[in-house]
Amino acid sequence: MPEIAVTAATPTEAERSAVADSVVLQDPGQISFDAAGPALTFDGDRIARGGQERIFNRRHLLLPVLHDVRDAIGWLSEGAMNEIATTLQVPPAEVYGVASFYELFTFEAPTAPDALHVCDDTACRIQGANELKGELAAGGHNVHGSPCLGLCEQAPAVFVQRTGEAHVSVRSATKDSVLAALDGAMTTPVAPVPQAGEDLTLLRRVHNAAAVDYDGYVATGGYEALAKAVSMSPAEVVTHVGNAGLTGRGGAAFPTGFKWSAVAAEPGPRHLVVNADESEPGTFKDRVLMEHDPYSLIEAMTIGGYAMGAEQGWIYIRGEYPEATRSLQSAIAEARSMGMLGDDVGGHNFRFDIELRLGAGAYICGEETALLNSIEGYRGEPRNKPPFPTTNGLFGQPTAINNVETMVNVNQIMLLGGEGYAAIGTEKSTGTKLFCLSGHVARPGVYEVDYGATLRDVIALAGGPVGSLTSILMGGAAGSFIGTDMLDVPLTIEDSREHGFSLGSGVVMLLNDTVDYHDFVARIAQFFREESCGQCVPCRVGTVRQGESLLRIREKGAPIEQERRMLDDFALVMKDASICGLGHTASGAILSAIDLGLIGGRS
Amino acid sequence: MTFVDIPVEIRTKVSISVDGEAVDVFEGDTILDACTKAGKITPVVCYGPTVTPVNACRVCVVELEGSRTLVPSCSRPVEEGMVVKTDTERVGHSRKMVLEFLATSSDVTQSNDIMGWLGDYGADLDRYDPETTERMTDEVKIEDDLYIRAYDRCVLCYKCVEACGEDAQWTFAIAMSGRGFNNRISTEFDVALPDSACVYCGNCVAVCPTNALQFKTEFDLRKMGDWRPEDQTVTRTVCSYCGVGCNLDLHVQDNQIVKVDSPMDHSITSGNLCVKGRFGYQYVQNRPTK
Ligand SMILES: Cc1cc2nc3c(=O)[nH]c(=O)nc-3n(C[C@H](O)[C@H](O)[C@H](O)COP(=O)(O)O)c2cc1C
Ligand code: SF4
Ligand code: SF4
Ligand code: SF4
Ligand code: FES
Ligand code: FES
Repeated sequence: MPEIAVTAATPTEAERSAVADSVVLQDPGQISFDAAGPALTFDGDRIARGGQERIFNRRHLLLPVLHDVRDAIGWLSEGAMNEIATTLQVPPAEVYGVASFYELFTFEAPTAPDALHVCDDTACRIQGANELKGELAAGGHNVHGSPCLGLCEQAPAVFVQRTGEAHVSVRSATKDSVLAALDGAMTTPVAPVPQAGEDLTLLRRVHNAAAVDYDGYVATGGYEALAKAVSMSPAEVVTHVGNAGLTGRGGAAFPTGFKWSAVAAEPGPRHLVVNADESEPGTFKDRVLMEHDPYSLIEAMTIGGYAMGAEQGWIYIRGEYPEATRSLQSAIAEARSMGMLGDDVGGHNFRFDIELRLGAGAYICGEETALLNSIEGYRGEPRNKPPFPTTNGLFGQPTAINNVETMVNVNQIMLLGGEGYAAIGTEKSTGTKLFCLSGHVARPGVYEVDYGATLRDVIALAGGPVGSLTSILMGGAAGSFIGTDMLDVPLTIEDSREHGFSLGSGVVMLLNDTVDYHDFVARIAQFFREESCGQCVPCRVGTVRQGESLLRIREKGAPIEQERRMLDDFALVMKDASICGLGHTASGAILSAIDLGLIGGRS
Repeated sequence: MTFVDIPVEIRTKVSISVDGEAVDVFEGDTILDACTKAGKITPVVCYGPTVTPVNACRVCVVELEGSRTLVPSCSRPVEEGMVVKTDTERVGHSRKMVLEFLATSSDVTQSNDIMGWLGDYGADLDRYDPETTERMTDEVKIEDDLYIRAYDRCVLCYKCVEACGEDAQWTFAIAMSGRGFNNRISTEFDVALPDSACVYCGNCVAVCPTNALQFKTEFDLRKMGDWRPEDQTVTRTVCSYCGVGCNLDLHVQDNQIVKVDSPMDHSITSGNLCVKGRFGYQYVQNRPTK
């Protein structure tokens, strides 16, 4: 690697110290695992290192440092990025390439220091988000439209990205509450879980404000699952997870036991990565768990670390989740100080620690291999598979990646045993499942039911629809619309598949006859267009072309048959030839809307 | 005296089936290698013999038994017993669509390969309403006398990035920036090339499949309507600047050098040169002016 050559632009004093502070701040003790592959020891004496090693050592700090500089200064100038390039020894073209991948970074001095990201996505759109956005823009604020902010049950939502101050999310936002946030008002999350009672398992602590502290967590049964786990051998823990029939709750429903045993069988060092990027429009369950019960995730991860012999855990949380981030930050720090994370977890003779990483506005970073690239300091472009992360994951090392909800289920498996857990739900879909109800429903929120409850049951729990229901968006933008004839389908992996839809991440968005479906579906097309990483041709261009096709149907009255043929052609190449799941699912919702006659009319 | 162990490469034979025909290749080869060996012509855009495949264009996809989706032949290593199909409707559809997508987004008219495949795969460009079909409309960047960048011709194949980076030059002056349809190959902060880290080796130009990167001499001649490859001679010589001894191919039109490259299969250069060999040829043709 030659010397890093940067342009003539120099950083300001403030930018220089923001970079320096950030690099010091990245707690060096947390990032030291002796790697067989690219050396990854970051222990403070970085200046002494040379060549390749130095570069690999620091590249993964790129995203955290970009965040810190943006948060201190308000934007990323050429001089600031030059300073980052020389400090981290990353070529400036790549610093810019990475930074410009993310929505939350900007490269021109903003008109106002704080940016308002106003969600104008599905659920917020039908609750007046566009009007709110217009009002705020008219007030001269620094307003950006945003994809779903994971607050759909409290629509409309705004993410206030402040400069020099803590970020805030504003829920059930009005112009006044957004202005108050700009003046420093903070948000105290209120659990949007209308369910209550003893039979909740995943959600049992969300109404218990004390559980966000270590003592409160322990007092409500916390760390009993870990005690059970360490009374067994690591291999036995993996066997229980396998016997439980646990499947991934992040969307793909992959058996977690397979994944864990594959990673455990690989030579170390190994990683456990938790996917908390939750950006699928309509999904907000992971946020609720992290805001109100952060220790349950930490405990489950610790069990996972023990079971797979992974010493390093990572949580990759989306950048627009400030309250969940703070909740996890303080819980991780407290767990560490209580000896429940670190070199000898709880005196049980194993090492496990957790590093929290923030995304910066990119749905695609929820795709597991894009997420790994993002942590490593590269653009969040999915990798080609095979090889799979279980063998070649983070920094090329064996890695298990699981969704937040999937992880938290592990506590329950330890308490009930694999077979006990498998007795809940149906034979093929075991355990309880969180559903995110939003849209035209009486009590939007997260609901926990045993797999096998029907769609009608779940909607009834939420107080039924508001108005006259015309369709339900299942699984989010990557899912599909279904008609009211599907209300009696049991919500299991097998039944939904049989009826041609997918539960995905648990989105149940109700839509009544006031919805302008052309506008709604166009927003979904816009979502994929804007969130495609652009790496592969079928998806980079296909997501644009399908949006154009919808535009022709809507605004030019183009014959539906002709556009449908094009849309089918686009859909097939995206499904067959795209690299990742974004391209594979980008046309599902649109085609289902036409099939149901929600748009285009049935001619 | 040091002894160097010269590794003896032992390559295991792998047998796979391509369109029903058994093909023997070696471990580490790709499905593309096997297809080529079986006499199949596979379209490729982002694949190049001298760059690491990023498998981004997806025009080379084939059907692989047991795989839900099609797989990129250029980057999928062979495994014993694989059953590959290249002549199916599914493969044809995806290839045709990728080509349609490329040709409706960028100006691919200076790529003879892509223009040929568009016909071979029955691409129908007329069905895309020009008014509502968004293209890359970037203006050509002319920032020096050595080469130009016309990103309205770019198909975002990453080859130039690879050539500038780890595959050849290790300069990292250009990278992918932006996201999605707004992806662009860019210098740091999109500054002009002379202000960037570029060292003008021209190795990116050499691998560009669409002429988005073009030597200024060629660009100027094309503008005057005077670019005549059929009238050009190619003379192989050895660069005289330093001891590396790179082979040069001098493309000469009307007794003027109009382009310099190096054979992609050359054992020393793999098609790469430095600024002196690539652009320092003027002295050869400094004839006395009368
Ligand atoms: C475009 C895209 C976005 C994704 N976003 C998320 C996400 O935000 N959270 C998540 O857990 N999984 C997401 N996934 C699924 C992950 O790739 C992966 O399957 C999952 O994290 C594995 O965990 P699980 O087995 O516990 O579900 C996404 C997948 C794709 C293709
Ligand atoms: S399918 Fe889309 S998001 Fe996935 S790699 Fe391809 S371009 Fe990127
Ligand atoms: S400039 Fe050429 S080589 Fe570079 S990405 Fe574009 S088409 Fe490929
Ligand atoms: S092209 Fe450059 S490296 Fe090659 S022989 Fe000439 S001067 Fe040397
Ligand atoms: S928060 Fe606005 S749609 Fe989800
Ligand atoms: S040539 Fe194989 S993906 Fe581009």
